Amino acid sequence: MRPQVVVVGASLAGLRAAEQLRAQGYAGDLTIVGAEKHKPYNRPPLSKEALSGHGPDVTVEALSASLAFRPKSSIADVRWQLGSPAVSSDLAEGLLSLANGQVLAFDALVVATGLRPRRLLGDTPTRGRHVVRTVDDAVSLRAALVPAVRAVVVGGGFIGCEVASTLTSLGARVTVVEPLPVPMLRGVGAELGAALRAHHEHTGLQVITGQGVSRLIGATEDAEQVAAVVLDDGTELAADLVIESIGSHPNTEWLQGNGLDLTDGVLCDNQLRVEGRAEIVAAGDIARFPNPRFDDIARRVEHWNMPGETAKRAAVTLADHLSGHATTTDPFTPLPAFWSDQFGLRLQSFGSPGLADTAVVEHGALDDLDGGLVMAYLRKDRLVGAVLVNVPASEYRRYRDAVAPLPLAV
Amino acid sequence: MKVRVDMTMCEDHGQCAIAAPDVFRMNDESKLEYDPNPDDSLLAEVEEAADVCPAQAIFIED
Ligand SMILES: Cc1cc2nc3c(=O)[nH]c(=O)nc-3n(C[C@H](O)[C@H](O)[C@H](O)COP(=O)(O)OP(=O)(O)OC[C@H]3O[C@@H](n4cnc5c(N)ncnc54)[C@H](O)[C@@H]3O)c2cc1C
Ligand code: SF4
Repeated sequence: MRPQVVVVGASLAGLRAAEQLRAQGYAGDLTIVGAEKHKPYNRPPLSKEALSGHGPDVTVEALSASLAFRPKSSIADVRWQLGSPAVSSDLAEGLLSLANGQVLAFDALVVATGLRPRRLLGDTPTRGRHVVRTVDDAVSLRAALVPAVRAVVVGGGFIGCEVASTLTSLGARVTVVEPLPVPMLRGVGAELGAALRAHHEHTGLQVITGQGVSRLIGATEDAEQVAAVVLDDGTELAADLVIESIGSHPNTEWLQGNGLDLTDGVLCDNQLRVEGRAEIVAAGDIARFPNPRFDDIARRVEHWNMPGETAKRAAVTLADHLSGHATTTDPFTPLPAFWSDQFGLRLQSFGSPGLADTAVVEHGALDDLDGGLVMAYLRKDRLVGAVLVNVPASEYRRYRDAVAPLPLAV
Repeated sequence: MKVRVDMTMCEDHGQCAIAAPDVFRMNDESKLEYDPNPDDSLLAEVEEAADVCPAQAIFIED
């Protein structure tokens, strides 16, 4: 019988894993299971030009088509099982159950189910509350953007700040509420976070830090329609729209009951093998794996370049297993890379600034971000990250090569 | 092979120039320049560049 590989998650990581399995010579059956009804599409534009570049009547079909990836011809024969999520699995038996009742048998499995947004507590009010992860989310947010709408963005991470920027450009009056002392603290550190805040406030954004949202209030005439958010200190902010960007939750429920370590994603070894299972690999935002470029602690990385990098290595690992080859032992040491567009600034990050104990300005000035800034992030004097703000792309390679270089000096 | 970048989609991320420096480069104005007819021996590099382009603006036509 032809071997069966099932890929769960039909987004960037799942797509690249399927393509890379073929590139590694895997010629058996391939099925890609996806909860969304769309073929894989590119998510980063959802908080940026996909919102600003379309009118309020853009449809889900038009948006998903315009953001669709172009799958390689090597996977033209893959079976797409879209629109019904995997709900449970029996890894010992090699069985996967979908919400529509189908049961798929597999010899090997790729876990690529990514993340979903965390939500604020409280089921009501129900209307006027948005998240941005899928094309459906973006279409529903775009439709709600009427001129001068009052929007409160809860959570000042990258996605929150990008949405705030896009909404501002579309004429909304936006407030960002961030519980930590500065926006994007984990991604860029305190100094640059404060500088970005000042830059954004200068363009008219209101930023409230050090406070979370304790609850939402519905309108007096319609309790289901959001009317205000209440901050931890009791302050009420009027809001026609609330965008919840308070972080994400890995989609691992369908793997429960198999004895896996599912605390914060799926624990993998350095070759993306799900711990303890030779026939199961993970890729993308959901994979928690150690990266010896930095240390031996397993972490998830929510950057766009990681689905591609992890899928490639996961495919090698799985193809070796399926063909009975000895598995690669080359350490997997991807360099995380991230970009963000907000309030006229292009941010480009290399490495893991969040691991640093010290941040220093390498070039430019924190009070003139438009003029170009390079921030260097050090851990015990080793350069572990760099964030470039409005730096010409012709300079990127130089900084990228300087961050956490290999081989490791042990 | 033939390579085409849809310049209406390109957002000057420069990731292609990191992945395939023999084919793509960012010029002094940080705009993309590329070789539309690279040697077939560079296919793997060019495919990598097409994969890592955040704007998915690179088309390989063989
Ligand atoms: C709005 C937004 C903006 C972003 N901007 C940037 C940026 O500027 N720069 C950057 O570097 N990164 C950015 N990112 C991050 C980047 O898009 C992600 O890292 C990337 O999408 C991760 O891909 P993935 O395939 O691992 O996971 P996902 O894209 O989350 O895909 C997982 C897929 O699995 C499906 N799924 C979930 N559960 C199941 C199930 N049980 N059964 C079947 N299918 C299931 C989901 O529906 C989804 O389609 C952004 C992300 C978002 C949401
Ligand atoms: S990576 Fe893509 S967007 Fe960036 S310069 Fe190259 S073609 Fe343009």
